[in-house]
Amino acid sequence: MLALLVFLPLAAFMAILLGAPARLTAIGVAVVNLALGLYAACTWRCACWSFSQPVLEKPALHLAFGFPDGMSVIMVLLTVIVTLAAVLSGTCPAGREKLYFGSSLLISGGALGAFAATDLFFFYAFHELALIPTFLMIGMLGRGDRRAAAWKITIYLGLGSIILLGGLVWLANLTGTYDMGKMVLGHAHTIDPAAQKAIAALLLVGFGTLASLFPFHSWAAPAYASAPAPVAMLHAGVLKKFGLYGLLRLAIPLVPHGLQVWLDPLLILLLGNVLWVGFITISQKRLDGMLGNSSVMHMGYIFLAIAALIAFPANPLAQPAAIILMFAHGVSIALLFGLADRIERSTGTLDLSDMGGLANSAPKLAFLFGIAAMAAIGLPGLANFSGEILVFLAAFWSYNGLAGLGPVQIACIFSLWGVVISAVYMLRAYRNIFQGPSVTTTESAADITFAERIPAVLLVLALVAVGLYPNLLLNLLKFVP
Amino acid sequence: MNSLPWILLFLPFVVTVVCQLVLRKSALVPWVSTASAVATFVIACILLTPSDLTLFDGPNGSGIIARYITCKPIHWASIGNFYLDIGIQLDKLSTGMMVVVTGVGALVHVFSLAYMEHDDAKARYFTGLAFFMFSMTGIVLASNFIMTFIFWELVGFSSYLLIGHWYQKESAADAAKKAFLCNRVGDFGFMIGILMLWGITGTLTFAEMAVPAEVSIGTLSAVMLCIFCGAVGKSAQLPLHVWLPDAMEGPTPVSALIHAATMVAAGVYMLFRVQLSLPLVNFHELQASTVIAWTGGLTALVAALMATQQDDIKRVLAYSTLSQLGYMVMAVGFVAGEAGMFHLFTHAWFKALLFLGAGAVIHACHHEQDIWNMGGLLKKMPVTGIAFAAGCLALIAFPGTSGFFSKELILDAAHESGSPLFWVAAFVAVLTPFYMTRLFVVAFLGKHRSDSAGHAREVGPLMWVPLALLAILSIFSGYAFINQCSPALPEHAGEFHFNTVAAVSLGALVLGVLAGWVLYAGKDKDPVRIPLLRNRFYIDAFYDKRLVRYFQDTLAAIVHFFDEFLINGLLVGGLSRTAASAGNLLRRVQSGSLQGYAFALGVGVIFVIYFTVFQ
Repeated sequence: MLALLVFLPLAAFMAILLGAPARLTAIGVAVVNLALGLYAACTWRCACWSFSQPVLEKPALHLAFGFPDGMSVIMVLLTVIVTLAAVLSGTCPAGREKLYFGSSLLISGGALGAFAATDLFFFYAFHELALIPTFLMIGMLGRGDRRAAAWKITIYLGLGSIILLGGLVWLANLTGTYDMGKMVLGHAHTIDPAAQKAIAALLLVGFGTLASLFPFHSWAAPAYASAPAPVAMLHAGVLKKFGLYGLLRLAIPLVPHGLQVWLDPLLILLLGNVLWVGFITISQKRLDGMLGNSSVMHMGYIFLAIAALIAFPANPLAQPAAIILMFAHGVSIALLFGLADRIERSTGTLDLSDMGGLANSAPKLAFLFGIAAMAAIGLPGLANFSGEILVFLAAFWSYNGLAGLGPVQIACIFSLWGVVISAVYMLRAYRNIFQGPSVTTTESAADITFAERIPAVLLVLALVAVGLYPNLLLNLLKFVP
Repeated sequence: MNSLPWILLFLPFVVTVVCQLVLRKSALVPWVSTASAVATFVIACILLTPSDLTLFDGPNGSGIIARYITCKPIHWASIGNFYLDIGIQLDKLSTGMMVVVTGVGALVHVFSLAYMEHDDAKARYFTGLAFFMFSMTGIVLASNFIMTFIFWELVGFSSYLLIGHWYQKESAADAAKKAFLCNRVGDFGFMIGILMLWGITGTLTFAEMAVPAEVSIGTLSAVMLCIFCGAVGKSAQLPLHVWLPDAMEGPTPVSALIHAATMVAAGVYMLFRVQLSLPLVNFHELQASTVIAWTGGLTALVAALMATQQDDIKRVLAYSTLSQLGYMVMAVGFVAGEAGMFHLFTHAWFKALLFLGAGAVIHACHHEQDIWNMGGLLKKMPVTGIAFAAGCLALIAFPGTSGFFSKELILDAAHESGSPLFWVAAFVAVLTPFYMTRLFVVAFLGKHRSDSAGHAREVGPLMWVPLALLAILSIFSGYAFINQCSPALPEHAGEFHFNTVAAVSLGALVLGVLAGWVLYAGKDKDPVRIPLLRNRFYIDAFYDKRLVRYFQDTLAAIVHFFDEFLINGLLVGGLSRTAASAGNLLRRVQSGSLQGYAFALGVGVIFVIYFTVFQ
């Protein structure tokens, strides 16, 4: 069944290449996948979801998918939700439907494959598969300085992937298997410290680059600013989480001691994400650049949860916190990118100083964007808050008031300032775009139509559901096989 | 288990959702929202008499919250044995506070029915009010710190919505943003405090908190200071007070409910809640208490000084609110939270009255807010005028009114502590009657000084009935018989003994009223002009021009520059130059186009994997 979920978008991609109606096929597949994903969330413990097909005998390589734990389920859920929203959002340039919708499906299929894969080779290969259409779409259908942006993301993620590959191959050689489950079960404590240290560094830099860890982040903002809406939504929302997922899935269980060596540098880097990139976000003059940077900034919190897990491996809060926040951030940033695209179509600009009073002419758009902005700020009742509060609690898990504050707690305190920073730039943007008197660009802007509202409402529902009752997702994480 | 407390909490939420999603712009919204506010007030009154609830002695059984009940919590987030809960703690403090919140809330709803009658977006307004009632109820009933924080943020958000109700106005939109951000700055410290206290006590639930004896006083002091940051933001204390006067851009009933009676008092409530939850900690010993007392005292002084030179009727009241909040915070700093809560209780009624009165005046004068364009309103609007006068009397602590008793207790606490703050508080007690006399004399007495004031007429019953009710409460809510409803009271509340403190405060009252009368009676323009006070000590200008524009934006620009220069220029530049030359090489071999490169990368990656893994 899981293979169906993964291969449906890929098959649809082939069908589109062969001449199937691009938009309809993409939407159809996305709807089916959403249904399958929701069904999977209810029944994921059933053995029927795992799938394994031997590909090679030596070394033993399987095209294998499965749900080893709730984390994969949640990532799959995130992917199918954002995919449907992405194919419904944005407008395709005339004549490029095949490329536009085909690529979106390919990215989605790649991400699903990577999150569901239980075999190291395919875990890596599916992610690479998703990257290629990302590069292409930015380079061919992007806006503004699209060539430069495409070059930059290609070089960065290409190099990051190769460094990551080094680490993964090393791991595979040491453990002698490609089965990720066997790897973790059989070799959790057998890798010697020196190798752990080196592998941890490779994985941190490799996965870190893919997840825009400071200072390997500068590909992200220009790429998202230039990318067509579905690509920005899918990459920032879903594919970027691959780096974090990989750290949680492989690095934490396999090289815990190695990661501990790099804890302090990691804390400094994640503060770079939250504070340094946070300030850069404040200085942005355009909405797309601001959203791109803010998505980098918020990665800092997820890395904080990972750091808390590295520092205290027994910490029960850190991993759920990271997963909830990954889901929440994925949904909220996809919503923001989707609506930003809609704003640009209404007003013809994304320059913050060119807009104002859009809420007068487009109140529904203002309402939806307001929810998205509030989610990004971390307003309780929306998913991001649930994740962030758990991250902060996770960072203070080991504090008891007798000893002083440890490095993780100090990093947490500094990164709390990021909560103020994100309120500054988000409210400033909202104020500039939607409030105040109308100006020429916004006077006659059309409000969001019913059809355009569907993807936004879908994402808002996900944000509200997890925000009001985070146990919806946390219950998926309860079960430990 | 009794379900009333849950109805009290969630009724306004349900109403918000229904109004927003189902009723939308229908004319029903104001009525549904008002009905819900009245219903919650009834429930709050029922909960005051705990006969049908089984009260039990808590582990922290001492003083005011000796007897409390907690409703079985909802697990909002659960991880293993760790729970984040939505729970309800009912005790004298929370049930009393609920009466204030829902009581003022219900009257403000009724008043708004008339005040906002012709507003285009009144559905949005009433939905916002209902959401505010939900959030505020959550803070008051919260049984644990995370729940407090959740609703703390939601209250800030609903305040943002309501201040920015007329978001088309630049000033309203800016004020809303400013309020949210100031609150966020305070919440930064608040969150740190919550996290540290959680680490120290091992629990987030108020009723279970206990500080191990080994924890040092310094650590506890730091925790209290961090938590106090939250109150500084929400209760608009120095140096985060700047948002509250600007928040007057919102509709006047909102100012009465949120920015005078309830939300801004949440900081005081929360601080007192923390003090009560940690009965074994000697707060007198903590340096933090001194800092809290001085912050409150200085806010009271600075705000009162600024109030003396404001011309906008709402701004005078706003600064007076700041000043009174300063009194309450000071009381908490002196570990006399009961006195602070008593003042919160009486202040809620008379300040809501003053704001609604100002609203009635503004309504009658066609949105004129400058007191120098009013005058002679007492004759034209007798009910409003008399009610307003009652509010003034309570605020200036005229003997026999509610404000007199509560302020007396705060001054007592200050006197007992032996701190020089007593004299600061006494000076504020001179300033308060001074600026209120100025306001009343200029706006309500004499002759009208503009056409809009000349045409003013008494407002309708939907507006004056709430005013009259509040006027009654302003006068009488200080007496013992009403103490039953008050959140927390020291034993000798509502009594009066003549002593030094009483002499000082009566002297201050006479001095202030006389000075105000002499200076302002019969004047047509302000005889006193002190630029420093008019410009609010230039604090706002400093924040806007220096801190935000120069410091934050410059810092952001510098960081941006370094990001471009260092990370993009050197690091990435080096990489991309290498890659570009490699790309040039490839270009000769291949098509050189981006598609080609991406394809090569994809294929190349697979080849690399193939060669390293399979060979």
